[in-house]
Amino acid sequence: MADGLNLEKNHMNVKPRGPSLFRFAAPQMFYPLAGRLAPWFAAAALVLTAIGMWLSFFVAPTDATQGEVYRVIFIHVPAAWMSMFIYLVMAFWAAVGLVMNTRLSFVMSQALAPTGAMFCFVALWTGALWGKPTWGAYWVWDARLTSQLLLLFLYFGFIALTRAIEDPRRADRAGAIIALVGAVNVPIIYFSVKWWNTLHQGASVSLTKAPSMAATMLAGMLVMAFAAWAYTLAVTLWRVRPMILERERHTEWVGEVLDRERGRG
Amino acid sequence: MLSTFFAVLRRDLLLAWRSRSDVLVTLAFFVIVVCLFPFGVGAEPNQLRAIAPGVLWVAALLACLLSLHRLFAQDYADGTLEQLLLSSEPAVLWVLAKVLAFWLTTGLPVVAVAPGLALLLDLEQGALPVLALSLALGTPILALLGAVGAALTLGLRGGGMLLALLILPLFVPVLIFGAGAVEAEASGTGALAHLLLLGGGLAGALALAPLACAAALRISTD
Repeated sequence: MADGLNLEKNHMNVKPRGPSLFRFAAPQMFYPLAGRLAPWFAAAALVLTAIGMWLSFFVAPTDATQGEVYRVIFIHVPAAWMSMFIYLVMAFWAAVGLVMNTRLSFVMSQALAPTGAMFCFVALWTGALWGKPTWGAYWVWDARLTSQLLLLFLYFGFIALTRAIEDPRRADRAGAIIALVGAVNVPIIYFSVKWWNTLHQGASVSLTKAPSMAATMLAGMLVMAFAAWAYTLAVTLWRVRPMILERERHTEWVGEVLDRERGRG
Repeated sequence: MLSTFFAVLRRDLLLAWRSRSDVLVTLAFFVIVVCLFPFGVGAEPNQLRAIAPGVLWVAALLACLLSLHRLFAQDYADGTLEQLLLSSEPAVLWVLAKVLAFWLTTGLPVVAVAPGLALLLDLEQGALPVLALSLALGTPILALLGAVGAALTLGLRGGGMLLALLILPLFVPVLIFGAGAVEAEASGTGALAHLLLLGGGLAGALALAPLACAAALRISTD
């Protein structure tokens, strides 16, 4: 154990030759960086949300067939995009962690999961609110809805597994495996659900034949998507920081950081 | 190398034979779950015929899920698993042997009993071979995927519930194509496409799941 700590310390003291982004893979370097970046992303998220809301509520025209109800897509679509994208990023960090054996990668993938699950839930919830007036039902067993629901379950499984294991080393690796298994299965689930639906009944509702969208509608949606990105980055970075402190609590630098923050407060 | 495979297979089968009641309990669970449905949804034959493929498949899936904890738990408790991992034999090989033994003792009995139970639900007799075939192709996939989950949740508190949460979403494609095959046969459109997809899924799971399972076992016993 003592050897391991010494080795780690020696490793930390090695100065990187030239500016290398890889040095931020060290928790010690990443902790202050995350603290510096998070407020900027949070500010960007606020500004973009304000612009996006303004575009979507005041600038974008009323839809000819759906009326005002369609405006839910300005939250719904970015949330759905983010929920899928975050799962991929999560699996990516899990793979990096398993291959390169970097502790920070596992922390990243675990910090992303709650946000991904939240966006997944938001997409389902707003979809239900949109579905009632448009389809006449809060829920239909449409391929997209169903695979989104299963994605939410995959998020729950990942979060539950990493929380249930007390040893962080085992939790990291076990979570990484289930994230990767899930990532392999996501396309299989999507296509099986799609075929299941089309095999059972003619598609009653088609989302793919979207009518051409007004430019301002698209702009509003994209701005909201960027806002969701910025929000995700900010929240994840903020979530990563205490996780790093907790895991590195036996090291000297965490002691120094805590002392400094106590002195300030 | 194959001798390891057969040695582990024989050992697990022997252990299963010595505790035969476990296998029978799984089977009894399967039968009882299927028999519960008519009480729940009513005994109207047309309705039962319509839901029969889904009911049988969901029951098979639950039976597999509930017996999965047996796959590694005992070996984990008495240290056999650690010895196996320490041995120089490739882990993928004996993991595959263990999963095969597990399927032979839980999946195969379900496959054998299912057509008889299908008669209780008034399923068309022409669809019975397809039902057996779809289960024979699908339950090994369940066992292989389940093995990964069982390895990951080894020795955790609340492991059973956690296992269900982890694994059930992954079972959905198997359920869709398995039940779909029977339904397609009963409705006369032919089950070939579904069965081919199940076969493809089995080939994929055979190739990938033992690797993931071996890695998961290493992590859990670390």
